[in-house]
Amino acid sequence: MLYALLCYNDEATVWSWDKRQESEVMDRLAVVRGRLEKTGKLGPSLRLLPTTAATTLRKSDPPLVIDGPFAETKEQLLGFYIVDVADLDEALAVAKELGEVNPGGSYEIRPLAVYNAGAPLTAGAAA
Amino acid sequence: MSDLAWINAAIAAARPQAVGALLRYFRDLDTAEEAFQDACLRALRSWPKNGPPRDPAAWLIMVGRNAALDGVRKRSRQTELPSEEVLSDLDDAEEKVVERIDGADYRDDVLRLLFICCHPDLPATQQIALALRIVSGLSVKQIARAFLVGEAAMEQRITRAKRIVADGDVAFETPGAVERSERLVGVAAMVYLVFNEGYSAGDNPARAQLCGEAIRLGRLLLRLFQTEPEIMGLLALMLVQHARTPARFDAEGQIVLLEDQDRGLWDHKMISEGLALIDKAMRHRRPGAYQVQAAIAALHARAATPADTDWAQIDALYAHLERLMPSPVVTLNRAVAVSKVAGPQAALDMIEPLGERLSGYFHFHGLKGALNLELGRHREAQAAFDRAIALANTAAEAAHIRQHLDRLMADHDPNVREAGAAKN
Repeated sequence: MLYALLCYNDEATVWSWDKRQESEVMDRLAVVRGRLEKTGKLGPSLRLLPTTAATTLRKSDPPLVIDGPFAETKEQLLGFYIVDVADLDEALAVAKELGEVNPGGSYEIRPLAVYNAGAPLTAGAAA
Repeated sequence: MSDLAWINAAIAAARPQAVGALLRYFRDLDTAEEAFQDACLRALRSWPKNGPPRDPAAWLIMVGRNAALDGVRKRSRQTELPSEEVLSDLDDAEEKVVERIDGADYRDDVLRLLFICCHPDLPATQQIALALRIVSGLSVKQIARAFLVGEAAMEQRITRAKRIVADGDVAFETPGAVERSERLVGVAAMVYLVFNEGYSAGDNPARAQLCGEAIRLGRLLLRLFQTEPEIMGLLALMLVQHARTPARFDAEGQIVLLEDQDRGLWDHKMISEGLALIDKAMRHRRPGAYQVQAAIAALHARAATPADTDWAQIDALYAHLERLMPSPVVTLNRAVAVSKVAGPQAALDMIEPLGERLSGYFHFHGLKGALNLELGRHREAQAAFDRAIALANTAAEAAHIRQHLDRLMADHDPNVREAGAAKN
């Protein structure tokens, strides 16, 4: 069963980590990710740039391009993991494992309805 | 990251909003800072036990305000401080009240806090020091290290700067649209000053840290003013420039010029964010100086190799920048692009008239030397390089020119080469 683990956190805090804090968290996440990929549970995962770099296309007529999402919420979507697990318990276990090395915020554990792998992309700049 | 590190990061992120709100409430910078400090101490006691609050800024504002008011009461009536438990258990209702009071003014609070640092009576370095102290929350020791002065001297400077701010007229009313945008212009310039202070520091890590602080302030401004193309441009400019940091100096701390940098060392995550921002900004069709400079930096960032650089477009953008922000330094930068598009002689012709105004400017003589060198005019090149070394701001700048000079002498002046050999 496929689940998305959606990472929510206060982006103001996360994007003000200094270099040391940042690499500490990312290094520890890489270890957990490697472990999960080896067991075949973890598919694609990605981290998003801050919402200030985002643009929204409103599907009005004509479509409207606006800056941001103007997030009024305290936590923003910062990235996600796609996992292939037996059940919710296992999905929660994976989220806990990730959460142990990544402080603050929360994971939304959301089952997938459709999953299209799409073309293999070159990670390029976001490598 | 430990719990404590996470709490410190959350407090640091909440600081501008919290101190800004407390400043509006108490109308006194010292009281606001003390109240915030007090709230932080309580957070360090309470958060590990009770978990971090959902809105750290609201918590800190509420607790800081209560603590400061209690301090006043205590001094007058010797009343007990409320127990720690009462303060840690702010329920949702109270949090909402704080939000209602402060949410609407949040933007103006932070802007005001930044704006008081831009006081016209404060020289640029003091504006920077004050902003780093009260907005970013850097310690006096950290700031002193960044400016290469003693801690006591920096403490004194910041105290003096605070007094000037306190004596001035700080406007606490909600600003009108025009005033708000004027404040934003001043604050953006100050944030870029902080950045440049770090950027021009060579490879001194204590000062280079200022670039990171400036980017943090830029992100903060953009969260408050999400549709301002110039703020997008400012943040994009800082990100793309800062992304090159790992490639700007070699192992010996010598400057590596843009065209010689290992582009694989650039921080491509930072560049992606910068490019996304400049694309967003351009859609607004309200060009400004930061956007144009960011667009120039973006053209360098997009070039996979120096040979791929779109110099003609860079020349056009500098021409635009000359109209927006006429300055001999802008023309000097444009001349670099002109030398690539139309050759070194055209560039020399362009900078010749700047000689008088830029006679004391390191980069003017550096470029003049390099252009003359390209044209094979070694005597003129040497004279310009000599002048540049005398005007160098950092050891790395001087060393960089000296390399040119050594090569020049070794290649073209047998007498100098022999003299050099004799010395060895």
